[in-house]
Amino acid sequence: MADRAFKPETLAIHAGQIPDRETGARALPIYQTTSFVFDSADHAASLFNLQTFGNVYSRLSNPTVAALEERVAALEGGRAGVASASGMAAEAMALMTMLQSGDHVVAAGALYGGSVTMLAVNLRKFGIETSFVDATNPDAFAAAMRPNTRAVFAESLGNPSLVVLDIAAVAEMAHAHGVPLVIDNTVPSPFLCNPIAFGADIVVHSATKYLGGHGTTLAGLVVESGTFPWDNGKFPGMTEPSPGYHGVKFFETFGDFAFTMRCRMETLRVYGAALSPQSAWQILQGVETLPLRMERHCSNALAVAQHLRAHPAVSWVNYPGLEDHPQHALMKRQMHGASGLLAFGVKPGAAGAAGGLANGVKFIESAQFMSHLVNIGDTRTLISHPASTTHRQLDEAQALAAGVRPDMIRISVGLEHIDDILWDIDQALAQASA
Amino acid sequence: MAADEISTLRRILREDRTIAVVGLSAEWHRPSYFAAKYMQGKGYRIVPVNPRYDEILGERCYKRLEDIPIKVDIVDVFRRTDDVGPIADSAIAIGARCLWQQIGVKNAAADAKVRAAGMDSVMDRCVKIEHARLFGGLHWAGVNTKVISAKRPVHHG
Repeated sequence: MADRAFKPETLAIHAGQIPDRETGARALPIYQTTSFVFDSADHAASLFNLQTFGNVYSRLSNPTVAALEERVAALEGGRAGVASASGMAAEAMALMTMLQSGDHVVAAGALYGGSVTMLAVNLRKFGIETSFVDATNPDAFAAAMRPNTRAVFAESLGNPSLVVLDIAAVAEMAHAHGVPLVIDNTVPSPFLCNPIAFGADIVVHSATKYLGGHGTTLAGLVVESGTFPWDNGKFPGMTEPSPGYHGVKFFETFGDFAFTMRCRMETLRVYGAALSPQSAWQILQGVETLPLRMERHCSNALAVAQHLRAHPAVSWVNYPGLEDHPQHALMKRQMHGASGLLAFGVKPGAAGAAGGLANGVKFIESAQFMSHLVNIGDTRTLISHPASTTHRQLDEAQALAAGVRPDMIRISVGLEHIDDILWDIDQALAQASA
Repeated sequence: MAADEISTLRRILREDRTIAVVGLSAEWHRPSYFAAKYMQGKGYRIVPVNPRYDEILGERCYKRLEDIPIKVDIVDVFRRTDDVGPIADSAIAIGARCLWQQIGVKNAAADAKVRAAGMDSVMDRCVKIEHARLFGGLHWAGVNTKVISAKRPVHHG
């Protein structure tokens, strides 16, 4: 077999899946089973001791789920990956594997609302404190670092703030402190951005979004780079005998995929947010066409952004693909496209300042085929009003820090024909401004 | 020959079936024991080499490579990088086909010496992880095996 660095379009179709050993099936079989038989008592002992690799129980690993894990790890240029039941579960698993009570996190302020809540409320309950900083300023991350900081967390492209993180600058700062950089790469998808190439150590995904692409299935992934020095003295859970897994020293035993093994055998195994084989299969059907879809999402979104900017009923447009976006140059350096997400404000019009919010709601209610819901990354064009939905659990200061203005409309531009998308936007704006 | 090529590693692990494990521990939770038990389970003959033990994994343990009465294919080294030189000399002397230095073991002089003697040489890799990567198993742990193929895998080991 010739060695070759295959391109993303090829990896999206082939990585992690060769024809089935038993049947020769070319497409991926769905191994819909909870459990796997042992060859013998000794084989069972070896599997439980992690002395051999294999499947025991589908909460830990499953052949169909493994195909998705390897494929996304390959697309990210990572060493290994582990799947979870949702993107939030992936983020929780990544953080819970590396953190313990008394640790501190430095996180971007411009985060998906669920991520803010996890850090500011749920992990705080377990004694893990988070400082939120301006994601556009790498120095703000450095200023917030403490002796007990054990993770830096940010989105490569903020949802819905559309802030672009300078991954290389923040990674370099984190590494100078001996701390890993964890990147949520959901909005660009691995086709548009590979955070590991810029120094990120752990990448998490909501595969529910662009990876799946069809809006039918929830899933998440954690991918590790394989290059973080977990033996730097700050992560005893990686180097000392594991009390949760009968004394295994994960870093010594598994080396450059030790984080993934520990995430799987300690965190996934205990907290149980495993991905079902059926769901993994459905996500993989989407992954095969990820490169094609992302190209169209990007070109449609750019056309929508340009159209909205010229529209008299629109007060502002935020899309990093526009040349005058303050982070356009950074986006071009880190990404192959600005993805399908954009935000804009509807002009207040005759109703005065408060009319911005009211007109935004009217716009959403006037759309014909653009769907009012809170997902992103679907084939369908999706519209939402974050201030009243995804970010309503945040107070106004938190919402503004997350990049959410009261009049903001978020569009996840789909794959319909661009003429039809622009038509629906125009007729909805006309009704909103009437 | 670049020993990190997939094809080379596949050939080594297909053809070389007797592995002398230098520095094998009898402690079940040590990486050397993990690796040797795994390879034994895949049908390889494991020959322990460690002066501290008489028997490991049901196999007689030898003090030195030169004491082993059967033909050895791979000399798998779980020792410090500085200790590999004499082990490489012994590997050449007993007619082994491959010197395999485990993860973290990177003796470049030993690598060059065994290559000059016509042997295969692998550095800074785990024999268990590479076997699992190329013949299945590691894939189930979510690892990026870099295997892209439309061929049905053959049963192995």
